[in-house]
Amino acid sequence: MQEHAKFKQQVKAIYRLMAGLFGLFIVAAIGILLLVSNPDWTRKKATEVESEYVAIPEVDDFDKIENGIHVRTGLIEADGLMTVVNNCTNCHSAKLVTQNRMNAERWIATIKWMQETQNLWDLGKNEEIIVNYLVTNYPAKKKGRREVLSNIEWYDLED
Amino acid sequence: MKRRNFVKRATLGSMASVIGADIVFGSVLPEGYKPLALQDPDPFKMFNKDTGMEVLNDKPWNIEAKAHLLDDKITPNKFMFIRNNGLIPENIDADKWTLEFDGESVAQKKTYTLAELKSKFPQYTYELTLECGGNGRSEFDPPAKGNQWTIGAVSCASWTGIRLKDVLEDVGIKDDAVYIGYHAADVHLSRDPGKEPISRGAPMAKALQEETLLAFKMNNEDIPIAHGYPLRLVAGGWPASVSGKWINRISIRNKVHDGTKMTGTAYRVPCNPVAPGEKVKDEDMCIIESMPVKSLITYPKSGAMINEGEKLDIRGHAWAGELEVERMEYSIDFGSTWQSCPIEKPSNRLAWQHFSASIDFPKKGYYEIWARATDSRGASQPMLLPGWNPKGYLNNACHRIAIKVT
Repeated sequence: MQEHAKFKQQVKAIYRLMAGLFGLFIVAAIGILLLVSNPDWTRKKATEVESEYVAIPEVDDFDKIENGIHVRTGLIEADGLMTVVNNCTNCHSAKLVTQNRMNAERWIATIKWMQETQNLWDLGKNEEIIVNYLVTNYPAKKKGRREVLSNIEWYDLED
Repeated sequence: MKRRNFVKRATLGSMASVIGADIVFGSVLPEGYKPLALQDPDPFKMFNKDTGMEVLNDKPWNIEAKAHLLDDKITPNKFMFIRNNGLIPENIDADKWTLEFDGESVAQKKTYTLAELKSKFPQYTYELTLECGGNGRSEFDPPAKGNQWTIGAVSCASWTGIRLKDVLEDVGIKDDAVYIGYHAADVHLSRDPGKEPISRGAPMAKALQEETLLAFKMNNEDIPIAHGYPLRLVAGGWPASVSGKWINRISIRNKVHDGTKMTGTAYRVPCNPVAPGEKVKDEDMCIIESMPVKSLITYPKSGAMINEGEKLDIRGHAWAGELEVERMEYSIDFGSTWQSCPIEKPSNRLAWQHFSASIDFPKKGYYEIWARATDSRGASQPMLLPGWNPKGYLNNACHRIAIKVT
């Protein structure tokens, strides 16, 4: 009885080994077949995975201009743009610049105020470039004592 | 869509300001890639604001509401304007938060923990109107420098806290006390630790009012970070800049507080009226105290079209700084005739008041509904812009909405 059981165990072990080898063979065969039919199979998969995490950096795009607008800041592309970007958007948003519409005298006074109280550096020759850019591209609009209502979005009022 | 673009356009600088550190190698960051700390820099999500709110500035963050968003009697956070002078403080630990009292006129320097303040003094809840001094600035001509607020820099939330007056009594103040000045944890835009973005305050009379709170709850919850968590001043009816956020020190001064944005032209208007565009010397500028009488039509949203023969129900709020609104009127004929409408009493002093009306239109056509409030001293809102001032404060001109009867 004991010997019979031992024999049964040995048969089982051999069977398991054969089954394992067969499985490995099948996997290898599928792999080879795939590689033969589509040599880029492994590489393609690898790049697909990568593309989820990495955008290919294009340094030029950082100051991309689209439809005449400097995308990163929203400023209009014109003479002096990068001088304005480099001197006026470090501490505050460009939105603070474009919201405001002033003449040269008041921009100069504003620059002086920023230098006296907000740690703005000496702009040297750039001051003229910046002020010219601002008064040319963001001129003051006449509003009078009360503007008409504009940009009204009409809609049917439901009860 | 515009908002998305704007978020995309957010500069590295503003990313750095939110993260709280400069982004090293920022210039080689791939376009469209957001640093981990900022995976979602959408300000509407970041501050839990309604996407109908208008971002005026992203560094520092300044966001305003629109009239129809302010329809609630008590303004919820999602519709509350954000006004910042500096960068929102980071790593706030409420458990370690302290409030120090110092200054020339303090009997003795004293420091309280936030927990002590909450447990030692009785708590009060008030609905308090906070309006930015520059609300309405965008309408001035010649234009005034600063964030171009239209009408949405106003709110009336329910604030819970302790009376500043109770704490000042506990601290002890000398007879020569003139003003209190707050100091806070926000960071100057230049990141210069020696500079405060804003340090304003109020005369003792305002500081000692029952409704002037050291608040730690807004609408019954912890104050949202952008609105001053864990501790702020709330001084209703005065320019909202008096209601300092994230405050950690109060100086009791023997003179008018001279902190940042107390001096020069900040939160000041000409002591005597000037012509539009006129230059005004600093010494001729006076500090704004109570805000003027004003109102907003919050329903319907401007642009409503109704059928001929239908009545139009309107409603809104009115407020008058330190005073109360006594009369409310509207006009559908550009001020030729005015109709009175009911105005509710405020739920407490310095809370905004609610009005409503039901309007008949005589015939088809384009109309504007103009609203005009009058305060308890008889002052009304002007239909045109009020007196020009160099910084564009205190525009309380009548609000109006456009209506078509078809």
